[in-house]
Amino acid sequence: MIKTFKIGGVHPAENKLSAEKAIEVLALPKSVFIPVGQHIGAPAEAVVQKGDQVKAGQLIARSSGFVSANIHSSVSGTVKKIDIGPDTSGYPKKGVYIDVEDDIWDEQIDRSSEVKTEISLDSAAILAKIQDAGIVGLGGATFPTHVKLVPPKGMKAEVLLINGVECEPYLTSDHRMMLEHGAELVVGVQLLMKALNVTRAAIGIENNKPDAIEKMKDLLAGQNTISVMPLQVKYPQGGEKQLIKAVTGREVPSGALPISVGVVVTNIATTFAVYEAVQKNKPLFERIVTVTGKSVQNPSNFKVRIGTAISQLIEAAGGLPENCGKIINGGPMMGKAVANIEIPVTKGTSGILMMPEKEAKRRAVMPCIRCSRCVSVCPMGLEPFLLMTVSEKQIWETAENERIMDCIECGSCSYTCPANRPLLDYIRLGKGKVGALIRTRKQ
Amino acid sequence: MTKLFTISPSPHIHSGDSVNKIMYSVILALLPAFIWAVVMFGLDSVRVTLVAVAACVAFEYLIQKYILQKTPQITDGSAALTGVLLAFNVPASIPSWMLIVGALVAIGIAKMPFGGLGNNPFNPALVGRVFMLISFPVQMTSWPAIHSAGVDAITTATPLAILKEGIKNGQPVAELYKSLPANMDLFLGNMSGSLGEISVIALLIGGIFLLVRKIITWHIPVSVLVSSAIFSGIFWVIDPGKYTDPIFQLMTGGLILGAFFMATDMVTSPMNAKAQLLFGAGIGMLTITIRFWGAYPEGVSFAILIMNALVPLLNRFIKPKRFGEVKIQSING
Ligand code: SF4
Ligand code: SF4
Repeated sequence: MIKTFKIGGVHPAENKLSAEKAIEVLALPKSVFIPVGQHIGAPAEAVVQKGDQVKAGQLIARSSGFVSANIHSSVSGTVKKIDIGPDTSGYPKKGVYIDVEDDIWDEQIDRSSEVKTEISLDSAAILAKIQDAGIVGLGGATFPTHVKLVPPKGMKAEVLLINGVECEPYLTSDHRMMLEHGAELVVGVQLLMKALNVTRAAIGIENNKPDAIEKMKDLLAGQNTISVMPLQVKYPQGGEKQLIKAVTGREVPSGALPISVGVVVTNIATTFAVYEAVQKNKPLFERIVTVTGKSVQNPSNFKVRIGTAISQLIEAAGGLPENCGKIINGGPMMGKAVANIEIPVTKGTSGILMMPEKEAKRRAVMPCIRCSRCVSVCPMGLEPFLLMTVSEKQIWETAENERIMDCIECGSCSYTCPANRPLLDYIRLGKGKVGALIRTRKQ
Repeated sequence: MTKLFTISPSPHIHSGDSVNKIMYSVILALLPAFIWAVVMFGLDSVRVTLVAVAACVAFEYLIQKYILQKTPQITDGSAALTGVLLAFNVPASIPSWMLIVGALVAIGIAKMPFGGLGNNPFNPALVGRVFMLISFPVQMTSWPAIHSAGVDAITTATPLAILKEGIKNGQPVAELYKSLPANMDLFLGNMSGSLGEISVIALLIGGIFLLVRKIITWHIPVSVLVSSAIFSGIFWVIDPGKYTDPIFQLMTGGLILGAFFMATDMVTSPMNAKAQLLFGAGIGMLTITIRFWGAYPEGVSFAILIMNALVPLLNRFIKPKRFGEVKIQSING
């Protein structure tokens, strides 16, 4: 039987409108705004100044700690200023403004499209390249990849899992990546295996992408260290813990990291970035972004330089639909609504989704009818209705005992609730409070 | 011009499920049994159902508007459903005014004082019904004649009542079986009883509809039925002279109606699968206990109400299976 995770889960309409659209290179922008904090952890520190000439791939902000990441210029041109600007969070963030001139890349970068399969570096050198290239989790979490690849003391990785699930509705960038860059991905997986010193890897792909499963299987025929694992379609299978459960049967204990069961998970786009960084010397300065929505004229998958304003992507996909009421950075289940289309594409931007006005508004909240649907869909086995109530009433101790910190914020509960209760809104609030309480207790 | 976009936290999409859809689906699922009731008891079934629904909705409206001074929310369908369920649990011959009293108790005592929809601990329709049973014992236990296949059959008691009477008078069960409807008649609903409880097949059609549409899950109905069957089966095996067989128990006295439509009431049943199984098992056992040894021939209503009372406890102590409640399985201990 085809595998999936065991507890909870939902089946939102897939709406993969851009699945058939090949990746298109987006025209170079006239200027870019590259925030210095695009990852989880400390923001990088700018190493360029106003007036400096930069090339694409040149370091413009240096990682400021272990949990941080380098930032590179995505274009060639002149640094206009280093200033605050808008980003997804809605708060002004510091970043580097660059006026684009030409398209000159750092000489180190191999710009040929030839797939370089030969792996010459050892584990430490691969890790160093990944760190230098500023690679972070491109699925949206943006956790620095080099940190993930170095297990904490006393722990050891056994299996590498590649997340090709793309369980968010609408998004198709990983799907296209597997179809169009499968060979590079295979090398990327091998590089990651070497960096982690593991002998086994599996690529989990939901079976709504049979062409990608086929393609990866073909490319991996005749070897048995990397396997392709078709998975039953169910949201949130792309959640690390759910994916690990689905593919390996292992269950990450509450509060622990995947490495505690010997697994490291990276996603497809990240794996491709690793390939480019190690084999082609190319730092992370562009990514694939799905631009989509029901009323969008031409849903597309674009290859975009980091720092390009999303307005340009929207224009390229046929412009902002008349009825657009909400713009989401990411997918509809976990993405973030943004107020402004002049925000830049960052490393974590997997998609831009435009939703029609009538879908943008939430429906009226009704009393909880205790239908227990939120409980049965929660992939973490929690009781969202209860967590909402205790968060509302600020009973933090019960919230903690009822494991509010286990919530992965997948949104399945709010998505399902027939009474339209804002379950996750309150649970987030509660998580924030309980998290703070736990931290003060530890001090 | 800058356009203003909606900003709200994720998730940004919704399943489309709603309270109204759930309530009206349950009402729809009761339609086959209602049609059967009209066939069996004639227009009285229509009268009883309409009066019960109208009374429940009216009381809810009046209480919300004039006592609680809130905007009435009667379109959510919950009061109408309570009305239908109340009607299904009384004889079709019940006088309308008694029904109105039952509706007042259901809505005015069992539901609204606790805070209305979602907050009532007991199933309102059952509270209304039990109140009627105690207040109007004669009318609540006189069963109308049935009109089936053009032949007027006159029954004065339900199968369970005949049985209880007989056993009390010391008749052996084997003897009593002769005066009871055959299994096929029980299955089709060719007997008298409360308006909506008599046809097993009609209720099953509705129950299966609810399961297929994922309005309810299997846990409660299956555990109610299995536990009733096992519990009555044990005694039947021990002494078939004194106890009836499980099939008979399952098909009589509103057990199917209770299992699929009353025990599954979301507001008054537990919040996770494990607790629901226990809840259902409790209802099954209590039903059979009351039927075999209690003062009333039927036990479903009481059994459900008793288990309703235990729901807060079940919710408190029985938690869903958590993710990550495991021993560390790999070398990384
Ligand atoms: S958002 Fe949290 S509580 Fe809600 S279903 Fe997901 S994990 Fe469970
Ligand atoms: S899904 Fe909504 S209505 Fe149902 S129990 Fe959860 S919070 Fe209550």
